[in-house]
Amino acid sequence: MTALAETPPRPAREGPGGRLSDALWRRPRVLLALLLGPPLLWLGVVYLGSLFALLAQSFFSIDEFSGRIDRTLTLRTYGELLRPANLDIIWRTVAMAAAVTVASVAIAFPIAYYAARYARGRWKAVFYLGIMLPLWSSYLVKVYAWKLILAKEGIVGWGFESVGLGWLLNAFLAVPGIGGNSLSVSPTGTFLVFVYVWLPFMILPIQAALERVPPSLVEAAGDLGATPAQTFRTVLWPLALPGVVAGSIFTFSLTLGDYIIPQIIGTSARFIGLAVYQYQGTAGNIPLAAAFAVVPILIMGVYLYVARRMGAFDAL
Amino acid sequence: MNPAVSFRGVSRHFGEVRAVDGVDLDIAEGEFFAMLGPSGSGKTTCLRLIAGFETPTAGDIRLFGESVAGLPPYRRAVNTVFQDYALFPHLSVVDNVAYGLMIAGVPKAERRRRAEEALAMMALPGYGSRRPSELSGGQRQRVALARALVNRPRVLLLDEPLGALDLKLREQMQDELKALQRKVGITFVFVTHDQGEALSMADRVAVFNEGRIQQVGTPAEVYGRPRTRFVADFVGSSNVLPPALTALFGGPPKWASLRPEALRLRPPEGAPIIGTVQGARYLGASTRLVVDLGTGPAPEDRADIAVLLPGGEPVPQPGARVGLTWEPAALHVMGAA
Repeated sequence: MTALAETPPRPAREGPGGRLSDALWRRPRVLLALLLGPPLLWLGVVYLGSLFALLAQSFFSIDEFSGRIDRTLTLRTYGELLRPANLDIIWRTVAMAAAVTVASVAIAFPIAYYAARYARGRWKAVFYLGIMLPLWSSYLVKVYAWKLILAKEGIVGWGFESVGLGWLLNAFLAVPGIGGNSLSVSPTGTFLVFVYVWLPFMILPIQAALERVPPSLVEAAGDLGATPAQTFRTVLWPLALPGVVAGSIFTFSLTLGDYIIPQIIGTSARFIGLAVYQYQGTAGNIPLAAAFAVVPILIMGVYLYVARRMGAFDAL
Repeated sequence: MNPAVSFRGVSRHFGEVRAVDGVDLDIAEGEFFAMLGPSGSGKTTCLRLIAGFETPTAGDIRLFGESVAGLPPYRRAVNTVFQDYALFPHLSVVDNVAYGLMIAGVPKAERRRRAEEALAMMALPGYGSRRPSELSGGQRQRVALARALVNRPRVLLLDEPLGALDLKLREQMQDELKALQRKVGITFVFVTHDQGEALSMADRVAVFNEGRIQQVGTPAEVYGRPRTRFVADFVGSSNVLPPALTALFGGPPKWASLRPEALRLRPPEGAPIIGTVQGARYLGASTRLVVDLGTGPAPEDRADIAVLLPGGEPVPQPGARVGLTWEPAALHVMGAA
């Protein structure tokens, strides 16, 4: 009792560090400005600035004879973008991105559900390791590994042959539009590798969304008569939707922008990313490359708008 | 008539843990039945066994005479009010209440009307368009009740439904729940760790401890004639007397219980039992006094007993010598240990 009463009040902090923290404590806005300033500067100037510089390029045009960039504002480049060959590229890329996203959701949801609901302790660690481990190795190594896996003499073909289902694989590869000489030079191969490479980006947001759903909600739905399928449709899916949308932003936009996988695996048909890469590089047509780069931004904008209108973010 | 719920030798083990261990129980139709016990005593697991969220390791559960073995929750004519209410956050209040009807395929207009009716019965008219997150704890509780009752279940299961409410609201909801049960006439099975809640609301109470039922009876039976020391100790704030002390109070040398309110103070001269006041705790309407009946100053000689002094009586100071009298009929000798 007396010992407590005799303790002197806390002495003032000595030195410049102490005075600084006292001063910042009294002026929290200054502290906030110091903390947020550098990242906002980075985001605003370096990131958004260069993005707008790129977009501005899309309103320039290229002189077809000299190959010089004409810096007068025009929509000519966009007219070029709408030529059938270029529309073909856009359509092919969007269809691939949509297919990859749908397949990723279908594969990721059960994994995420298991991890959120049942995995505890060590199994949770195993789950995170299993999801993250592929991200530790180089993207190129993984893609080339898949080229070998999917090659005509690769393990997939060998597996089909050795169980006597080689004819099935060949019949599948004969289907126009998705097949090819072997899986590694077919659109199906491109699709498989995209799904493999982007899957972690779908699992983690869905898992985070499902983690926030109390188990009692699932029980309550069952208690009120919902079969597991109805519970999924009316409770789990709507509550996981923000996570699904977040994951699909990753898979969709990463597929829209990727230019390496379609080069290594698949037919020689071009994708948006590859077109951007080629126009700004070898062709030196920066305006058209910039116009191509606008397409994914527009598509993602429309996608998010539709998702919002459909109530995807209501459960946030 | 078949009982609404019957347990025959029901056990639920989680690995080594025997959450429920050989429970036999009959709950009559239309009864307000409380399952009372400390946390981990198996009462909630019993409720979840009725709902179908757990399957028994052994034994048979029947609802209205029919075995529910292998029957999933969505095929059982029971509904649950969850401890955390488990309202769907992405649905409005009226859609929450109408959820069961929607699943059952009731047309939209009809289920809206019935949900609004149920909300009106719960004194929540006009709240239908809100989100659960916009409601207070008491309101959420009513929505959870409406959501369960709108399906007209044959048995309503309530898992500590008042646990999250503050004291005032809890007392109000106790009265409302009791009135509601009389009105709808559905069997209510109510899980609680609060003995006051169980005694004041239930027609019958089952006292649980370590996965077993210690005693089943009316509140008066469980309170006045506890069968075991655990029940005497847990239900109410009874004095549990060891055999020696029972003899001092004129009973056979066995364990017994004696309610604090059955004891009265009197001057020590000529009193049958004399003790020393150890402390007093003011409870508002009464004062709880601890009196040491021990024979010596050593700690092992102490024999504390609680006495409930009605309000208005003078409260003796600690250290004062007091005499005790009691109603002999209130001394309840326990058959089982």
